[in-house]
Amino acid sequence: MLRLDGLDLRQDDFRLTADWQAEPGARIALIGPSGAGKSTLLSAIAGFFPPVSGRVLWNGADLAPLPPGERPLTILFQDQNLFPHLTVAQNLGLGLRPDLRLSGDQRAAVDAVLLRVGLVGMGDRKPAQLSGGQAGRAALARALLRARPLLLLDEPFAALGPALKAEMLDLLDEVATDTGATVLMVTHDPQDARRFADRTVLVADGVAYPPTPTAALFAAPPPALQAYLGV
Amino acid sequence: MASSAGAVGAAALLLVAVPIGAVALRAGGLSLSPADGAALRFTLLQAALSASVSVALAVPVARALARRRFAGRRALITLMGAPFLLPVIVAVMGLLALFGRSGVVNAVLTALGLPALSIYGLQGVVLAHVFLNLPLATRMILQGWQAIPAERFRLGAALGFSPREVARHLELPMLREVLPGALATVFALCLTSFAVALILGGGPWATTLELAIYQAVRFDFDLGHAAGLALVQALVGGSAALAAWAAARAAGFGAGLDRTLPMAGPGGWHRGADAAALTVAAVFLLAPMAAVLLRGLPGLAEMPGAVWPALVRSVAVALASVVVTMAAALVLAQAVARGGPRWLDLAAALPLATSGLVLGTGLFLLVQPFAPPMRLALPVTVAVNAALSLPFAYRLILPDARALEADYGRLAASLSLTGAARLRLVTLPRLRRPLGFAAGLAAALSMGDLGVIALFAGEAEATLPLVIQRLQGAYRTEAAAGASVLLVAAALALFAAFDRWGRHAEA
Repeated sequence: MLRLDGLDLRQDDFRLTADWQAEPGARIALIGPSGAGKSTLLSAIAGFFPPVSGRVLWNGADLAPLPPGERPLTILFQDQNLFPHLTVAQNLGLGLRPDLRLSGDQRAAVDAVLLRVGLVGMGDRKPAQLSGGQAGRAALARALLRARPLLLLDEPFAALGPALKAEMLDLLDEVATDTGATVLMVTHDPQDARRFADRTVLVADGVAYPPTPTAALFAAPPPALQAYLGV
Repeated sequence: MASSAGAVGAAALLLVAVPIGAVALRAGGLSLSPADGAALRFTLLQAALSASVSVALAVPVARALARRRFAGRRALITLMGAPFLLPVIVAVMGLLALFGRSGVVNAVLTALGLPALSIYGLQGVVLAHVFLNLPLATRMILQGWQAIPAERFRLGAALGFSPREVARHLELPMLREVLPGALATVFALCLTSFAVALILGGGPWATTLELAIYQAVRFDFDLGHAAGLALVQALVGGSAALAAWAAARAAGFGAGLDRTLPMAGPGGWHRGADAAALTVAAVFLLAPMAAVLLRGLPGLAEMPGAVWPALVRSVAVALASVVVTMAAALVLAQAVARGGPRWLDLAAALPLATSGLVLGTGLFLLVQPFAPPMRLALPVTVAVNAALSLPFAYRLILPDARALEADYGRLAASLSLTGAARLRLVTLPRLRRPLGFAAGLAAALSMGDLGVIALFAGEAEATLPLVIQRLQGAYRTEAAAGASVLLVAAALALFAAFDRWGRHAEA
């Protein structure tokens, strides 16, 4: 279970606090105006942004001493989720062994995941030869291989059209169900939240508010969310 | 990673600071004899003249390259990069073949019944420095021209500017920014020039500080005197180099010099003047290289057997210093790209503030109580060459290292890609292009170096440039020219091999 314990993030004039927890297997959308700190919150959980005070806890253990790669999580960035000079299969293999010395079983696992996400036969391609949707699938496929219990998404599908994005969210749903992961997904689109997340965190006015049921939140939006949605 | 960067930075600082400290201790104060004062004055005079002439000639050449399009333009710009790779001793051999006592120019003058020119002394030293630095100055100024946005020229054309008004409103403001850096850079380079003065200078009126250091060590074996001179050289050269490093924002080497400037240059006599500037520059740069080839190819048969072991030593020294330089430059560039401490940046630049002979004298003083310096000639040369090429390699790698960190640093960290796996799977493949180019440059610089090796080496330790200098000193001109061709071929081959490896980077 993820718990943010009195987390306080600051940089120059920027400030964000968070104090809540996410139930295991929860699917949570993070929504709010740009610059409010949605990405910064994910960065802090992933270990790229040290908090001024407070802790990020996983099952009661403080994550602070762990470097990003050893935290029980996978993060998908807005872009640059694949190394352009490595093949798709190598990019996926990194999720199993960072030095790419894969065993036969691990190679088979990579092939199985490629099949699973609809990239069969594309393992030898370079990322530049993939479409935007295929690159998103490859990044999700690696999350599937890593099978970490927490999955953080920093709008990795924002550049995709509506149909492709819907497809990605469905695939994300499968990945999350398969791995039983808790998902935190940054989005600026209320549709994404409604479609995928049972709970939503509003990030505004320097606070990441505790998760509330998505339907209820949008049915009666608080003033900060009203301002963001323009209603 | 952070601790290894700290260790490398500290090693680079110590490699510069300890020899200078040894020099300062031994010098025991700054007292100059009249001869030393003359050497200091000559050093400053020739550097000031060389810088002024190089830059004054570079302005029309750069302007012509900036505003004209013609067949062979790219080749000419590439030629402007060649002197980085051309060993200084070979350039001097080429100039001797043209302007020397039995050179082409004097043959023509004698045939016409005119008095012969001498290439020795101040005019020869300045001539060689202009030959070596005109291309660098041209590239720096050309970058300035190409940094003027094409829209400005378009606006000027729309307003009906004549060439005089273009110069006043666009080109002169740019030159005011660029010229101090170019002047300071060439001045600093000429201050530490040793090989040119060794062959073309000498005597009471044409001895540089570097040459005086060499003579004090090799001929007088007066180490205290050498240390005093080295201290003066370190102070003068160091402050000039640091001023140049600050004044020159972009160094005049590397790729990306050919942005299109969709402007037709002015016609009329301007066109003729541009053509003349380019022709004179091309002939001035190409003729000595052609002369080396013409004289050297027959000379290949004249080369003594000592050339071959010297070649092997030169290549070994070059490869060893490439390994040291590139490892240090890569570690420092990556640490700085990841937001490491500022002093690492200084550590990588500091060797610029010194010279081969200053470091060499310091190391000579340190080594000499414990072992005959000759025995350590090659390791010391490797260390000094590595230190002297570190600033260039570092500057070439840093921009790409920063971009790599910005684009993929977090991804690598989130996948636990660290240590050897990160080096093999991410760093080397992504930085291959600048690494290959920088390694090639470092190899060529080391291959052609004639500095510290002259201070240390006996017969059995000579590198190829030193063998050439000794052949020339013994008036075996044909053999020296032949060995020069061999040296150029080896230096270019090393450069090309590394650069080719880098260019074959996958997209």
